[in-house]
Amino acid sequence: MPGVAKQACTSSPRSSRESMSQRTRIGQSYHHARRLGAILAVLLGLVPTLALAQHPGSVFDGATPQARSISDYFVLVLILAAVVFVIVEGLLVYVLLRFRARPGDGRPRPVFEKQHLEITWTVIPILLVALLFVLMLPVMGAAEDAPPDAYTVTAIGHQFWWEFRYPEQNAIAANEMHIPVGEKIRLRLQSADVIHSFWIPRLNGKLDLIPGQTNEWVLEADTPGEYMGQCAELCGVQHAWMLLRVFAQPRPEFDAWVAQQAQPAAAPTDPTAQQGAEIFRQQACGNCHTISGSHDPGGVAPNLTHVGSRTTLAAGALTNTAENMRRWIHNPQDIKPGANMPTFKLSDAELNAVVTYLEGLK
Amino acid sequence: MAAEAFPREAGHAAEERLRAIDPNVLGVAFFISSEALFFVSLIIAFVVYRGRDLAEATGHLDVGRTAIFTVALLASSGTIMLAERQFKRGSLGGGRAWLAVTVLLGLTFLIGQGIEYLGLLRQDITPQSNLWATTFFTLTGFHGLHVFVGLIVLSILLGVALAGEVTRRRHTALTAAGLYWHFVDGVWIVVFSLVYLWR
Amino acid sequence: MATIEQVAPVPRLTSADTLWSWVATVDHKRIGIMYLLGALVFLVIAGAEALLMRAQLATPGGHVISPSFYNQLLTMHGTSMVFLVGTPGVIGFANYAVPLMIGARDMAFPRLNAMSLWLFIFGGLLMHFSFLAGQTPDTGWFSYAPLTAHFASPDYRVDYWILGTLIPSIGTIATALNLIVTIFLFRAPGMTIRRLPLFAWMMLITSFLIIWAFPPLTAAQAMLLVDRWLGGHFFNTMAGGLPILWQHLFWAFGHPEVYILILPAFGILSEVIPVFSRKPIFGYNFMAAATVAIAFLSYLVWGHHMFATGYSIPINASWGALSVLIAVPTGIKIFNYIATMWGGSLHFTTAMLFCIGFVGTFVFGGLSGVTLALVPIDWQVTDTYYVVGHFHFVLIGGTVFGLFAGTYYWFPKMTGRLLSERLGRWHFWLFLIGFLLTFVPMHLTGLIGMPRRIYTYPAYPGWSELNAISSIGAVFMALGALAFVWNIIRSLSHGEKAGDDPWDAYTLEWATSSPPPPDNFREPLPPIRSRRPFWDRKYPDEADWKTEHGG
Repeated sequence: MPGVAKQACTSSPRSSRESMSQRTRIGQSYHHARRLGAILAVLLGLVPTLALAQHPGSVFDGATPQARSISDYFVLVLILAAVVFVIVEGLLVYVLLRFRARPGDGRPRPVFEKQHLEITWTVIPILLVALLFVLMLPVMGAAEDAPPDAYTVTAIGHQFWWEFRYPEQNAIAANEMHIPVGEKIRLRLQSADVIHSFWIPRLNGKLDLIPGQTNEWVLEADTPGEYMGQCAELCGVQHAWMLLRVFAQPRPEFDAWVAQQAQPAAAPTDPTAQQGAEIFRQQACGNCHTISGSHDPGGVAPNLTHVGSRTTLAAGALTNTAENMRRWIHNPQDIKPGANMPTFKLSDAELNAVVTYLEGLK
Repeated sequence: MAAEAFPREAGHAAEERLRAIDPNVLGVAFFISSEALFFVSLIIAFVVYRGRDLAEATGHLDVGRTAIFTVALLASSGTIMLAERQFKRGSLGGGRAWLAVTVLLGLTFLIGQGIEYLGLLRQDITPQSNLWATTFFTLTGFHGLHVFVGLIVLSILLGVALAGEVTRRRHTALTAAGLYWHFVDGVWIVVFSLVYLWR
Repeated sequence: MATIEQVAPVPRLTSADTLWSWVATVDHKRIGIMYLLGALVFLVIAGAEALLMRAQLATPGGHVISPSFYNQLLTMHGTSMVFLVGTPGVIGFANYAVPLMIGARDMAFPRLNAMSLWLFIFGGLLMHFSFLAGQTPDTGWFSYAPLTAHFASPDYRVDYWILGTLIPSIGTIATALNLIVTIFLFRAPGMTIRRLPLFAWMMLITSFLIIWAFPPLTAAQAMLLVDRWLGGHFFNTMAGGLPILWQHLFWAFGHPEVYILILPAFGILSEVIPVFSRKPIFGYNFMAAATVAIAFLSYLVWGHHMFATGYSIPINASWGALSVLIAVPTGIKIFNYIATMWGGSLHFTTAMLFCIGFVGTFVFGGLSGVTLALVPIDWQVTDTYYVVGHFHFVLIGGTVFGLFAGTYYWFPKMTGRLLSERLGRWHFWLFLIGFLLTFVPMHLTGLIGMPRRIYTYPAYPGWSELNAISSIGAVFMALGALAFVWNIIRSLSHGEKAGDDPWDAYTLEWATSSPPPPDNFREPLPPIRSRRPFWDRKYPDEADWKTEHGG
């Protein structure tokens, strides 16, 4: 704006106010640019995602051959779409500028059709979409197969948590899944109640968990790390807090983890923890939550045999700390209203004991 | 009733034939095509679920008895056509008689359905019993509902015919109702074959 | 452009008429207006629901509304927009304009028409009564089984959803039958099928879509009622039922439904763009043929809503192939509109601005649709905000913009007064900017992992910023909508008088007074020898039947 530039040269109070607001504006713009940069960085997978991964990343930041195959294809499609977009919108803008009514316009010549043109702009799109379709087929294949002898994990969707069963070792986990890195894992998907959907953007597309049927998916992480996702099909009031974590570990570490998960619960040695175990029995928590040998079938609530070793509680709604566990047991409806866990009227001391007991179940 | 538009134009043969169709008849024809898809959806569910059920109840159905009532329903398609022909010829008495027979035959069919349902209910077979029962009652129930609605329409037309002359307008109403009635019979042929005959 | 003639005192919309005369009317014009008013009311309500959702999502961990209320809002917003705003909106314009455009006196079945209207109103009221009853539906606008089964939804919410959509749908099917018979049998002499105005042609095809797409929905809802009320097992896996059956039946309806929503909007554009380009529509034949192709294909692509449910590669690929194919006839129409404007003399009235907005946004929405038809991409982005962005682009940028264009175009015919162009421009720009701010970021939000239908989210990088932008955009849209409503209210009493033909338009509705007399045409119609009979009468030296061979 010419007026502003002129006045910036003088030294009147007005101009210094303006240059100060200019600086603030610049500061704000820099701040916005950084934020925009952050978004783009996440999108382009430039944000480091090892170990301390605390977000799902983007679909373009694949950590598996399947996810990368999909995102490579997606980028190609987007480029093609962008070209079409620019051409068509460009034509539109041109038309709007070039043919806007001007005084003295005569009556435009009527043009009813131009068959050659219309056929051309029908055939070319057909060829383009056919090309996209053909290029799509190998990508579909890459995302679907797992060899018959692949290591198998079964995921069962519940309202509003994930159950993971490792049939070979007879281990049961909840909400966090560990897989060996660098191998094709067969993931069998089932549901205990309504339809859920398993989605970890960096590992693969999503696949639904439908009651009455078993769907099979493949996970093949090639980098160790923590991969996040969440349920992607409306499953009820707490659909939002059904987060999903997959830890990919080198085989030896994975074997150690799953062996540990298969162990029965460590008997509490600390007197407070023992008291907590007793309260657990008295309150009949075991009606929903299984502890002890993981030989029991999964209950209606997460298996707690190794709850102390999980990173989160309530399917990702809380980080796993003693304080958060206390908050959760004290009033789950406060944190996740509509979750199936009722509120328990425990005294502070009782809560303390139960939390000590549960956090000790590593 | 339909608004009378401008005088029909002399032109294309196809246009002429199209414009000669009565609005009620055209409307009912397309309505039937829509209802047909409704029944197709129910039939698909029945067929898909047929093999999945753990316990079936086809054995509890009385095919023979229902076949008799089926004949009654199909005959009513014939009698309604006879009624239309009588009215077209100007024979009011004949038309009324055949129309009355149509209604009675339709009613007979519904009574037969009722007997079938009662029999099943007495054996504790309800929509809740198993998947087959759910689909059976839904499919035959909606068909029965369509028969019932058709009977109401036919009874009204019978009442109109009994009360006075059948004008040209009312005659096309009967043609339209007749179309619907044939549709309902056609659906029953499919349903009867799938539910009672197909093992 | 013709000058606006000063006519005899503009009859007020309610001139010498009572409320009862409106309630009891069987006049297609009044029924059409009431459809539109009803759609407008539900638009405002559904818009408010969206604003509340955006307020809740503006920050991570928001506490504006409870999780259960959020699910109710998302369900009511989607259900209302489809069944109580979009569908009645297009039916309202069809009711008003089609009989006039084809030179008929009314619809084929005026009383059936009235029944349809009141079924819509009653159904919409019933649906919203659920708020008062504390039984608002909360299982999403497509209400997947078995979330809707008794064990997961034990109260009456699902039943309100079923009845609140079923009742208006009966009316919708009846209107479609009405339109088919009217268009086939009540065209004025000389108006062959091939001379139908494109809006009428689109409504004809849309009506076929309606009568053959709603039945699977009705059947599915009947099955759900049997499950919920009679203990049936259609969707009960314990007894062998298949939840996926619901999805097949629902989307067998649901996909054609979106074309039911968009084809009439294309029809409106096909009337408005030529008038404000001062040229006839380019490529009428291809436009008409493309419409039939879209309608045919729309029945075959329902499975693209189910790519993530576990079907095999051949099955998913087949649905994918058909789905990308349907983009072609849709895209053609965009080219036709650009070609219509090419070489024309473009007048940027508000109606035209919304048409241009439609074209501009629909290109984007159509392209994102192509990406969604490609199965592996869909596996990543389905059920995320990417899809929410896509369908709002085509439904708002498409259907809603089309309805806005239709309002600015036909309001003068309905009321005898013009809507304010000044307020119209405020409406357009506020709404367009708000729309872009709200929905462009959603594509990114989906790409970085945010699924649909969540009442809150963790403070992940990018999620907060993008959601905040979307929420700000919603406020602009609301302001634009307010400008729209204010424009209507004000123009009813203070709008500039319009005369019979304020736009120098082409079709028969402009050949009668504004508003038309009860039986539509007092004077004899112009002879119909082309697709633009009124143009031919006004400009006999440049009549279409002289300049266009055939037609």
